[in-house]
Parts: sequence; C-alpha cells; structure tokens
Amino acid sequence: MIQRARKLWMVVYLAPLAFLVVFYVYPLLSILDLSIRPAGAFDLSGFVKLLSTDYYIGTLVFTVYQAALSTGVTLLLALPCAFVFARYRFRGKSLLLSLATLPFVLPTVVVALAFAALLGKDGLLNDALAALFTLDYEPIQLERTLAIIIIVHVFYNFAVALRIMTSYLSAVGFSLEEAARCLGADELSLWRDIRMPLIRPALLSAGLLVFIFSFTSFGVILILGGIRFATLEVQIYYQAVNMFNLPLAAALSLVQILSMLALMIIYTSTQKQLRLTLASHHSLTKRARSAGARLALGSCVGLIALLLFAPLLALVARSVLVAGQLDFGNFASLAQKSRGSLLFIAPLASVFNSLRFALMAMMAALILGLIASYLIESRGRLSRLADPLFMLPLATSAVTLGFGFIIALDEPPLNLRASWLIIPISHTLVALPFVIRSVLPSLRAIPSSLREAAQTLGAKPLDILLTIDLPLLGRGLAVGATFAFTVSMGEFGASLFVAQRESVTIPVVIYRLIGDPGFASYRQSMAMSVVLLLVCAGGFVLIERLRVAGVGEF
Amino acid sequence: MFFRVVSILFLIQATMASASAQEAERVVVLTHDSFAISEALLESFEAQTGISVEILRSGDAGQMVNQAILSKNNPLGDVLYGVDNTFLSRALDASIFAPYQSPALSYIANAFLPDDSFRVTPVDYGDVCLNYDIAYFEESGTELPASLSDLTEEAFHGLLVAQNPATSSPGLAFLLATIAEFGDEGDYTYLDYWEDLRANDVLVVDGWTDAYYGEFKVRGRDTGSRPMVVSYASSPPAEVLFSEEPAAGAITGAIVGDNMCFRQVEYVGVLAGAANEAAARQFVDFMLSPAFQAELPLNMFVFPVREDIALPDVFAEYALIPENPASVDSAEIEAKRDDWIQAWMEVMLR
Repeated sequence: MIQRARKLWMVVYLAPLAFLVVFYVYPLLSILDLSIRPAGAFDLSGFVKLLSTDYYIGTLVFTVYQAALSTGVTLLLALPCAFVFARYRFRGKSLLLSLATLPFVLPTVVVALAFAALLGKDGLLNDALAALFTLDYEPIQLERTLAIIIIVHVFYNFAVALRIMTSYLSAVGFSLEEAARCLGADELSLWRDIRMPLIRPALLSAGLLVFIFSFTSFGVILILGGIRFATLEVQIYYQAVNMFNLPLAAALSLVQILSMLALMIIYTSTQKQLRLTLASHHSLTKRARSAGARLALGSCVGLIALLLFAPLLALVARSVLVAGQLDFGNFASLAQKSRGSLLFIAPLASVFNSLRFALMAMMAALILGLIASYLIESRGRLSRLADPLFMLPLATSAVTLGFGFIIALDEPPLNLRASWLIIPISHTLVALPFVIRSVLPSLRAIPSSLREAAQTLGAKPLDILLTIDLPLLGRGLAVGATFAFTVSMGEFGASLFVAQRESVTIPVVIYRLIGDPGFASYRQSMAMSVVLLLVCAGGFVLIERLRVAGVGEF
Repeated sequence: MFFRVVSILFLIQATMASASAQEAERVVVLTHDSFAISEALLESFEAQTGISVEILRSGDAGQMVNQAILSKNNPLGDVLYGVDNTFLSRALDASIFAPYQSPALSYIANAFLPDDSFRVTPVDYGDVCLNYDIAYFEESGTELPASLSDLTEEAFHGLLVAQNPATSSPGLAFLLATIAEFGDEGDYTYLDYWEDLRANDVLVVDGWTDAYYGEFKVRGRDTGSRPMVVSYASSPPAEVLFSEEPAAGAITGAIVGDNMCFRQVEYVGVLAGAANEAAARQFVDFMLSPAFQAELPLNMFVFPVREDIALPDVFAEYALIPENPASVDSAEIEAKRDDWIQAWMEVMLR
C-alpha cells in the first residue's frame, strides 16, 4: 500500500520532467543533431566560423552587456517599490500590480509603435516639450539607440521583478525589520543588514528571469535598435531562416543555451547556501500615514504610471484618435469579417481562441510548475539538474525549437506538427519558468516545522499540501498564474504553425492587420492591440477574484 | 470554484476538438503567413471537387521553405505555395517538388517559367519599387528620379527610407535591384552605390511596417518624415482602396522606370511524397483558374500571371506595372545572398 503510494508520487513528480523531455529536450537534440551531423559525419564548420570571426564574439559580448544593463536598471527601479508595495496597503493595490503586468502581453511590433507614439520624433513627448519651451528641434532623440532598447526592456520586465519580489516579501513579513527598528537600527543598516539579505532569494530569482529575457531579446532589438545592434538570438534567426546555415545556427544556439546553463548553475549554488526559514505571518501591511511613507508610495505609483502606463495610453490614443478627432470606427470594424481573408473569422472572434489557449496553458503551467517546484525543492540528485533544465526553454531561440518540432514530432503518437495542441504545449513550456520562479522563493520560506507539526498531529501529505502549503503559496501561485496567462495571450510564434480557424489568436490578428496594406488596417491593428490589453486586464481581475475565492486571503 | 470553472472550459474544449476531425479527401496547402483567399472561392473549390482544403501557414517565405526542406522525408503538406524567386533555388536544390505540367500553363507567358522542368508553376508576381508622397513632389517641384543613380543626387538628400535586406523581403528585393543595376564587380559596384546613398542620408530600418508606417511621410498622416520609401508597385492602389475617401484619388505613387524595380514571382508546386498527389495537382490548377487569379490583386496585392485576367478597377486605374524590371538569376541569388548581405552590412554599419 505504502509502496504503491510512493510509486504514484514518483509518477506525479516525474510528470513535469517527462513533459520537458518530450516537448523540449527531444526536439532540441533532434535539430542540433541534424545541424551538426547532417550526413552522419560531424560538420563543425559552424563552430569554426563562430570562433574565427570577431563578429560573433562581438555579438556575444553585446548580448551579455545589454542584458546585464537591462537587468541592473530593472532591479534598481523595482527593488524599492517591492518594499513599498509589500509594506503598505491602499485601495486598488492588487489591481495596480496586476495591470503593471500588461506590457508583458504586447507583441514587440505594437510596443515599438507605442514607444514611437510617445518618444519618437513626432511623438507626444517631443511635441509637448517643443511647444512648452518653444524649441525648433526634437529634444528627445532615442531612436535606434541603446538607451531605447534598455528602456523597453525595463518596460517589459519591470513587473516581473516587482511582482516576484513583492509576493515574496509579503509572505515573509516584516517582523525582523520591526525588531531591528525597535533595537534602534538606522535606515542604512536596515537596508544593509535586514532588507537586502531578506530579499536576496527573490531578487536573484527575478534578476535571473529578467536577464534571460533580455539576453534572448529579439523583436525589441530588431525593430527599435535597428541594424547596428544584434543579439545572439537575432543572429540565430538570421542564420537559420535567411541563410539556412543550420550548422552555424546550431553553434550559436548551443553557445546561447550553454551560457544560460552556466548562469543557472551559478545561481542554483548561491541559492543553496542561503535558505531563510522564516515564520510566515499574516502579512502585516499598514496604511501609509507618515509623509515619508506617502512620498515613497506616491513615487512608486508615479513610476509605474510613467514607465508602464504612459506608452500604453499613447497606444490607446493612437487607436481612437483619427486626425485629432475621437473615432471608434476602428473598433466597430473589428466585429466584421473583412473582405473574406484567410483569417476566416472576424478579428474579435480571435479573443475566444486566445482565451481558450491561455486557460489551457495556465492550468498546465500551474500544475506542472507546482510539482516541479517541489521536485527542485526536494534537493535530491535530480533537483540540481531540474532547476536549470526548466529555465532552458526561455533561453532557446524559438526558430531553433520550431524546426526541432518539425523534424522530431512527426510520427504518431506524437504527430503534432500541424495540430492545435502545439500552441498550448509551447505556451506551457515558456510559462513554466515563470510559475517556478514565482512559487519557489515562497516554497523555500515555508518552515519545515509547520509541516512536521501537522504530521505529528496525524495530517496526511495531501492535507498538508492543501491546508498549509497551498495557502502559503497562494500569492506566488497567483503571480505565476498571471504570468502564464499573459505569456500565452501574447505569444505568437507557435500560433503560426497551424492555421485552422481555432488557431487564429489575437496576436496573429494584430500581425496580420499590421502587415496588410492600407492605413485603415494599420489603425485596426492598433485597436486590436487595445482589445488585447482589455482582455488581459479582465483576465487579471478574474485571477485575483478566483484566488481570493479559491485559496482564501491570508 | 477556480478548478470547477476551468474543468468546465476543458470539457468544452475537448468536445470542440473532436468535432473537427476525419474527412474523406483532403489537400494540405503549405504556405506563408501572407496567404489569403476568399472564403466563398475556397468553398466553391471544395464543393466542386469534394476535396477539403487545409491551409498550413508556416511563417514567412524563408521559414516555410526551410520547414518544407527539413520535413521532405515526411512532408507537412501536399502542395506548397508562396516560394518566390529569391528562395526558389534553395527549394529546387533540395528536390522537394514533384514535376507537374498544368494545362493552364498555356495562359502564362513563358518568361515566368524558371526553367523547363515544371517542378514549380508561377501564380503571381509583384514588383518592389520606390513609392513617393505625391504632395511632397508637387509642392517642392522636385523631379522624380529617373534611375537608381539619381537617388544619390542632392535633391534626394534625406528623403528615402529603405529596409534591411537581412531581415526584410522588400529590403532584399531592392538590394537585388541595385545589384542588377550596378553589378558586384567593376569600378562602381552596388556597394559604391550604397555608400553614396548613405552619404545622401538614406535611412535603413528593419522591416516594411516600420519603414512604411513609421518613417514614410504621406500628407494627411501624422507619422514619419521621409517622402520616399521602398515598397510595392501595388501600394498606391492599396492606399486608395483603404483611404477614408477613395474618391480623392491617389496620394502616393510608384516609380516604375527601367531597372528600378525588382520583380518577385511566387510559385506553387506539388510536394514530392505528397499523401494526396492528385488533389495537390487539382489545387495547382485551381490557383491558375480565372476565379482565383482574378482575386489575387485585392486579396494579396499581387498581380496575376495570367494575362487574360482583367484587373480590378482600382488597380487598373492606380497601379503601374514596370515594363523592364531588374532581374537576378535565382541560382546566383542563392549562391551569393550571404556574401552580398554581409558586404552590404559592412558598408552600411561602418
């Protein structure tokens, strides 16, 4: 009986690993094998070219440099705000935090257009500044600079850092800080001795995600950076698609994956040295009453408004303003099937498809991610390997993996090449790391004494999971769910593989409209982007509601 | 509560998925993501032939060809549409097509056929040409350029926005036009030309969308600052068709002088090892049928290869078709593409 139960647990434990092996490791190895050993013999020309050309070394250096810079700026801005948001409560806080995740869902093309509308040569800000100071030149000239790349990376990733750190801080509470304060610690030593050591696991967790995301940045670099900037990811795409130089693309992919793996291993080892077991409290948020507290809170809300909401509002303005006049015609036209195109559906019908895939991916990522977190936390031999492994899909170029799917998943029972299943599966792969990184810091902070006490009192493992772990992980899970939902809503690549009606998602419609000729369809694509934002915002509200109903406030 | 909601949604999903399986005869069309066809026409094909059509979009033209090559031992589809002359050689070298000589070929000028092997059949073409803002040229009194060389003159300083050939299909086409005009060896090569263009402040951006909607300035629109852009010969009629007041006429024009445009021809071919070769052949014939050919301009903004097909009014009135577009041999493109682009990058990024 116990034997069987244990076997069952092993199967459950191994489910996320099996998922990863079938849908990531196997396709990836297949394409690498084909690229490096095309006719059974090794073709290492890719590596030779890679090492003999300064150009690719330069690309690697630039990729690391811009990713480090993006991560640094993001963490620097998000860290103080995480403390403020974890500490103080105010009306609409959780909604604000959720809405801050919105940038994450937007396709790069749309973000580029939003920033052009705000910061571009003829953007709102330049116009306003020029009018205000009667300038005859544009004061802000960020187009095709490194600065705009970093700004947009911060725009995309700020919420990732903020939400992971805030949910962690809320879970560990502020008792240490209060105690130190009572003992007369000043602000400086509070940061040095209490806050920084306390936040470190979540800081590293968030930093890692932001770094990987910026490291593999593709669209932002291409569109906003222009041709002078290229990351490894851009090179991989170019070599694989335009040149069909698979040996070189494979060599570049391997460099990218291995550098991420190295990073992950360093990260995992630092995480092990440092484990805080803190009694979880009722999170003791309070109202911001003092002037200092209000100032801090105000600055953070202001920062979010400026950094995250201003570009989104510029986008909304573009979609409803036609030659200076309010006009909702773009939105009305979204409900109609336009001149019988391949989409076969009215643009608005794509909302249903997107929601369906997002829910499937979210559920799969939550379940697999939760199990994977326990697996990693179990600290067995597997766990050391598992943590980096689950992050790797984020570090793998989409085109490499896409080609891998084509050649690996082509026989029954896994003939998924043209099936809609490939969409939720690939979304789940990308969403998993977000769930794991959101849940893991909180999971590690649950003191084992709590579980042991429950065990002594006769609680079964399932009871412990349901009554102790899940409530304590509620916030982390909600954050993970939000990101999984968002990743799926905004993801685009996989939806292109299949073109049955049910696979036309919102981003597909946006890209399609943006590529169509005619200024009207361009404006329709802006309107569709706003619809995407609204649907996601609605999804966030629902996730918050369900969390409160399902897990309970704690 | 949460789980209940989600599990209900899963049930809905499961029932919907099982409903759309299993049909008698079907053809799978592998194509790029710009493919479009009207629902009515597709349904009439299905009704007439009893063949159900499944359309599989696989990214841009390059991605699609690569996927077809990678999967040639177990093809993703029966027929592939949308490979153009810049990628044709790669596809032909990999032997992914089975020859088929469609009876409808008699309606097509021989010049469109890449060779006499019938491995692919031409369907449509489009020309990548310079587009301009009519208002700017009228008001400033500037003459339109009569050749690519003219663009290096002072009158066109800072006026043109083009695309990166490494990342953009019209960008590559325009690069090929300059290679056809100036060659890649001799005293004055395409690289010298681009160096002069650069000195004349040409702007290069990543893709067509960014160039056309971000940087191209058309009167009455609040984006962009440059009155000339690399786009398509079909862009001016598209502008009219989708403008708020089509009656006002053209706001942009295309420059179609000799050797100033590059012609992209798109082909369809039956995939070797197709599960349903007979249906694939029928689909090829269908793409050359008058009904499909007539739809091409308004659905995909390309021109039909059949000469006996009347163009829609807006195309007949506002579209110019270059008489002598630039051309570069497909095999030469495949062999030299990488070198040409790398050399171009070095000139433009230095």
